[in-house]
Amino acid sequence: MIELCNITKTFHTATADVDAVRDVSLTIEKGDIFGIIGLSGAGKSTLVRCINFLEVPTSGEVKFRGTSLAALSKKELLGTRRKISMIFQGFNLLSQRTALKNVCYPLEIAGVPKKEAEQKARELLKIVGLEDRVNAYPAQLSGGQKQRVAIARALATDPEVLLCDEATSALDPNTTRAILELLKNINETMGVTIIVITHEMKVVEQICTKVAVLDHGTVAETGYVKDVFLAPQSQIARELILPKSAAVAEVSGGPVLRLVFDGQASSEPVIANLVLECHTAVNILGADTKDIGGKAHGQMLLQLPADEASCARIRNYLNDRHIKFEEVNA
Amino acid sequence: MEFLNSLFGDGMLAMYGGAILVTLKVTLLSTLLAYVLGIPLGVLLYGTSKDSIFPNGTVNGIVGTIVNIIRSVPFIILLVMTQPVAKLLTGSKIGDDAFIVYLVIAAAPFVARMIESSFREVDRGVIEAAQSMGSNNFQIITKVLLPEAKPSLIVGSAIAITTILGYTPMTYLIAGGGLGQMAIQYGLYRFEADVMYISSILLIVLVQIMQETLNYIAKKSDRRIRGK
Repeated sequence: MIELCNITKTFHTATADVDAVRDVSLTIEKGDIFGIIGLSGAGKSTLVRCINFLEVPTSGEVKFRGTSLAALSKKELLGTRRKISMIFQGFNLLSQRTALKNVCYPLEIAGVPKKEAEQKARELLKIVGLEDRVNAYPAQLSGGQKQRVAIARALATDPEVLLCDEATSALDPNTTRAILELLKNINETMGVTIIVITHEMKVVEQICTKVAVLDHGTVAETGYVKDVFLAPQSQIARELILPKSAAVAEVSGGPVLRLVFDGQASSEPVIANLVLECHTAVNILGADTKDIGGKAHGQMLLQLPADEASCARIRNYLNDRHIKFEEVNA
Repeated sequence: MEFLNSLFGDGMLAMYGGAILVTLKVTLLSTLLAYVLGIPLGVLLYGTSKDSIFPNGTVNGIVGTIVNIIRSVPFIILLVMTQPVAKLLTGSKIGDDAFIVYLVIAAAPFVARMIESSFREVDRGVIEAAQSMGSNNFQIITKVLLPEAKPSLIVGSAIAITTILGYTPMTYLIAGGGLGQMAIQYGLYRFEADVMYISSILLIVLVQIMQETLNYIAKKSDRRIRGK
């Protein structure tokens, strides 16, 4: 559906040239919910704007359904943008228009008759659960409601791709969950390919099938969310995935292991048995469970005793039980 | 009674009425024409600026410089300098119609800058969203910038209209009419201070009415305020 080939975007500032995105190549298939995760300044927002040519890449090619966007005329590009919708962290609704008129906007500029546009807008507002707020102005809506209006507006032109630029970053955790659920629904029922830009791992875990981890403008790693989560290859992916407490914990004594439970082994009291069988205490630095694609995945940070013999025993025990683990240098 | 008679009797009332009408005509027509010229100029100044919707440094530099030059010339000198323009457009260098030409030339650049600044207040993200939906520049101007900036544009028009009204007494210099002319003629040259005060008070009342009306409309039209 979308192919990014060696995208580089350089911004010229007074003091220096800054490569916001460097040589990024990604393929997004039809029906994917594709996450692009990275810390602030990693180039996520610039990259997503290259997909609809709000930012024209300095070099490289963006292909939508096999056609390079650079080859399109200005008019064709505007038409293509109607097939690649976008929602934003700041919602970006027209403040002087009601919810209904906001959803009508993309239809209006596409030349759809007013009556037809309003009917479609009403249907879309119903899909996003706002049928009773059609005549409200953005100032009268909550953050979650505003984003719902923005989603309805983005869907008005029957897009094939929906770009979400930090769409839930301004929302509280409950609202975030509800909006992500709505996006997932839209993906499943309407077949819209979704690209999610975020700095929060939990967003990727909740709805994405695939993920690309962006670091300083380059793709550090990419793959299915499950694989990246279970065995992160890059330093940046580890940082994003590790439980928050790990960063705070003062590590003294032995090595720290990150254990990953893939849903099967979690019925067994692994840690208790480990302590009993290896005759040694371990320190639990942090643990959490994540829901990836409906399956529970857990992870735990264990600090082992300082003596090598105990460590070896614990490693053997974990290997015996087929529990995935890796050493973490906290 | 004698005093009131000298102020309002003997056709004086009709004179005030006529002067109000002339002042209103000159002010409103000048403001209207200043906007006819100022809106495209303002759009050009906003649109051609860096990172805007159709950036063009050369055009922005040229238009910006012309606007700045006209704005820095004092009105009274501008009035003398642009006499040929008034002659060309109205057939005369003097009178109310010529004065409207001078006012428009002086006010249009000022209006252009105010429109530019109102447009700058529109959230960049909203414009980006409109672009992401496939809007062309004309649609962004007419369907996003103008409606979104409407309250600010109306407040700006109140400033423009009262500024233009403030210039109207200078029409006396070129044999025009109106309240300002009355104030100067009677007050300055005939030592009839009362007429000058009444004319001035009427000018103040006009300013108040226009300012308050436009502020009210601006407030009423703004949907960013909750509970409406």
